[in-house]
Amino acid sequence: METMQINVLEYLENIVMKVPDKIAYTDELSEATFQEVYDNSRKIGTFLGEQGHYKEPIVVFMGKHPSTIMTFYGVIYSGCFYVPLDEEMPRHRIELIFESLKPKAVICDKDTIKLLDSYNYKGRAYLYDDIIKSKVNDSILASIREKQIDTDPIYIVFTSGSTGVPKGVVACHRSVIDYIENLSEVLRINENTVFGNQTPLYVDACLKELYPTLKYGATTHIIPKSLFMFPLKLVEYLNEKKINTVCWVVSALTMISAFGTFEKAVPEYLETVAFGSEVFPIKQFNLWRKYLPQARFINLYGPTECTGMSCYYQVDRDFELDDVIPIGRPFKNTEIILLNDEDEEPIIGDVGEICIRGTSLTLGYYNNFDKTDEVFVQNPLNKVYPELIYRTGDLGKYNDKGELVFVSRKDNQIKHMGHRIELGEIEVVANMHPDIKYAACIFDNIKKKIILYYVGDITKADIASFLKEKLPRYMVPNMIENLDSMPLTPNGKINRVLLKEKYSRGI
Amino acid sequence: MDEILEILEGLHPEVDFETCTSLIDDKIIDSFDIVTLISDISEEFDITIPVEEIIPENFNSAKSIYALVERLLEDE
Repeated sequence: METMQINVLEYLENIVMKVPDKIAYTDELSEATFQEVYDNSRKIGTFLGEQGHYKEPIVVFMGKHPSTIMTFYGVIYSGCFYVPLDEEMPRHRIELIFESLKPKAVICDKDTIKLLDSYNYKGRAYLYDDIIKSKVNDSILASIREKQIDTDPIYIVFTSGSTGVPKGVVACHRSVIDYIENLSEVLRINENTVFGNQTPLYVDACLKELYPTLKYGATTHIIPKSLFMFPLKLVEYLNEKKINTVCWVVSALTMISAFGTFEKAVPEYLETVAFGSEVFPIKQFNLWRKYLPQARFINLYGPTECTGMSCYYQVDRDFELDDVIPIGRPFKNTEIILLNDEDEEPIIGDVGEICIRGTSLTLGYYNNFDKTDEVFVQNPLNKVYPELIYRTGDLGKYNDKGELVFVSRKDNQIKHMGHRIELGEIEVVANMHPDIKYAACIFDNIKKKIILYYVGDITKADIASFLKEKLPRYMVPNMIENLDSMPLTPNGKINRVLLKEKYSRGI
Repeated sequence: MDEILEILEGLHPEVDFETCTSLIDDKIIDSFDIVTLISDISEEFDITIPVEEIIPENFNSAKSIYALVERLLEDE
């Protein structure tokens, strides 16, 4: 009889028996077979175990390479959880993450180890090239495995927080296995799947490629970032690698369609196009469908707090320009509950907050019980035993076909370039500058631009450099405007409605 | 040329676009910018930039962007 899977590494251990020599992951400069993935992760796991690390966050501060992915698995082998940081993250954010984690160890590559020196970090720093020279110690790995249970964490990824402090979402084996099983079924992943990865390794979006690759013995090509500026080159790459499955943010897909690329070249191997995190403009979406009539298009929706994605809709009809593509229905073993302001289920067709119930709920925010308790709450519909739901803060409703549709956010959060952003976090950072008296952000939903208005004796250029040091690239405003005075509401809050009007009048 | 500098400065007010000749190579302009940049230029000059012209060589400096725009305007 088959035993129940309790550890994500079992995917790797099964597949290495079947296709050891097949390529698992590649990037521009390197590639790794399943055997290499297996060997290197076990070496890293042994090394960390020998150093005495156990059940603690290990920061993986590396570029976007197969070696980084192997380091993730190595950390899991040691019974610890990986925290991916990216060389492109701004200083200030990395400092905040170090403060919140207080990690004892950071794993770097040759490029990032130099950067690490400039941080006020006093723990240990390991170099990837050194630790993969370790010898595998089976008995250490076995004794670690014996103690592991499926609710033990495997990673922490950080999301934007309105107070300016990023929150670390902690996810466990059980939730990831639940997600990978159900996602793979919807995306129809198999051993012939060739993924083209676009999303960064420091967000949970990359789970879609990393783990199904192990489960089925598929292949993931990490697409060079620079190609996402040059659509023809990108399509040539997709064809050269025979990529048949992509899970990209919408802006990466529209970058191809909007420039008339399809008239010159079409990604001929693509069978499955999954997208999400943003509204797909129908004009662009219809271009994709026109040029790839055989492909399946799947809209995905879900918060990081519920491990990857929670809902899917496979496109099964035509959409008019003013239609919205639904987010459909939850994955198997996940339930969506809509709750109105009275914490009751609204009548069908009315709007309610999207709340999620299921194994997919992550463990919460690391070292932050207060924030966790605000959104991981008792299901108000259940008065008789403890049962957690996650309150997304997204508003949704059911359409006349019974499909779930995303309506808007409850608060000041936006989706931009596939990332979840609290406009408040940008304002908090801007206000840190001593010469800024007032700062307020609005978002142009049509042109997808973040606009920062400020009052203060400082040039736009100085603000821009200041923000770039402190914020991730996708949070840096696309436009900065100086004001003589900030419009306020009668009770002294920034009047965002007036700012939006100002903006739409072109001032 | 001034229109192009203005568009570029709108994206990154702290960069000296008159002298910089490695906008792509040094990752000053990234995929976040390229879409905005192309749509702003197309609007400003009322031109369509064909996809085969969206290559690194044409976007490394304000000068090369200007040359591209000039070329496209002549072709019309």
